[in-house]
Amino acid sequence: MYDSGKIITGLVIFVALFASPFILNVGGGAPAVPQPSLDTPAIKSMGNPVCVRENMQANHMQVLDLWRDSVVRDSNHTAPGIDGQLYEMSLSNTCMECHSNKAEFCDRCHTYAAVDPFCWDCHIEPPKEG
Amino acid sequence: MKSDRRHFLKAAGVATIGVAAGATAAEANLLDSAKELLLGPKGAAPYPEAKKGARWAMVVDTRKLTAESMEKMIHACNHAHNIPLHPLRKKGDKYNKDEIKWIWEEEFENAFPGQMNEHLPPKVTQNEVLVLCNQCENPACVRVCPTKATFQREDGIVIMDFHRCIGCRFCMAACPYGSRSFNFKDPRIASLEINPEFPTRMKGVVEKCNFCAEQLDKGLQPHCVEACKNGELVFGDMNDPESEIRKVLRNNYTIRRKPEVGTQPQVYYIV
Repeated sequence: MYDSGKIITGLVIFVALFASPFILNVGGGAPAVPQPSLDTPAIKSMGNPVCVRENMQANHMQVLDLWRDSVVRDSNHTAPGIDGQLYEMSLSNTCMECHSNKAEFCDRCHTYAAVDPFCWDCHIEPPKEG
Repeated sequence: MKSDRRHFLKAAGVATIGVAAGATAAEANLLDSAKELLLGPKGAAPYPEAKKGARWAMVVDTRKLTAESMEKMIHACNHAHNIPLHPLRKKGDKYNKDEIKWIWEEEFENAFPGQMNEHLPPKVTQNEVLVLCNQCENPACVRVCPTKATFQREDGIVIMDFHRCIGCRFCMAACPYGSRSFNFKDPRIASLEINPEFPTRMKGVVEKCNFCAEQLDKGLQPHCVEACKNGELVFGDMNDPESEIRKVLRNNYTIRRKPEVGTQPQVYYIV
């Protein structure tokens, strides 16, 4: 084989570079999947959950989509919660009233999953606490 | 039975259709049950205060309009809907290309180009009139929208679903009244005293007056109507013969903007 020294050296360097992320992370383990925080004063003061009817962590995109279409296109603004009371379907005015910790409730998982929903380009974020 | 190609193809076709139909039905079932779970057994509902079966319209009494009253109404709308006030692009520009208008003042000859008879009374032609989206019965903007972002509600309001707007601006070309504005700039960069109850828009979408659908759905009057003190604006239900607006229309001769284009505007003017 011609130039075997150069080729083998090159291959070794290539494999080392290619595998470096895996090698560097051996033993470190994958970062823990972040969990949304439910730790806000409004939620703490509430006994039982009122709004969650589904596994929201997995399905909130479809849920929000359904609620949005219902409000914007059909003018149906209210839906009953678990407690049977009617709630206004509004991101800024209802969801974020209780889930006022956007950084820990929304952004933490969205950053982890590298998704960038554009809710807050238009909807107003809740004011920062503290 | 002897199996030949013909029989095999027939059976395969029938089986494919059967599987597809079954899957579609199962999916529809799943969707229905999910909807029930999410929106409650009775489904989503409007606010109890919302008026049913209405057809909303407005009368503008230009005889009562003053510069101050118009200012007040425009400000009420701008504040409630987070409408940005972008500065002129260049000093001395004749028009503000970034301006966002829901309700604004217009000179009579521009608002009613077909009504400019000779020797009209100066008090009619010299004063500015208040103009807004006409909430047409037969809206051109809805017909041209490629994504159905602009649509007409059952109560006649022509409204935008900003989530769907792709910013193509066909609606702006179609509207005979210039009632639509495009967000060339992010509205949040303009000095804006934000009303947290209403969203802003983002760069690249069109926006316009929504007849305060968010207010009407709660049984309230539009913001501009709430802001006027001397009955400059009369707002109401055209389907109700006893409503204030029907009385005003019965007792006064009214005109509309560019009736000749056939859009059937629902904003009437007493001059």
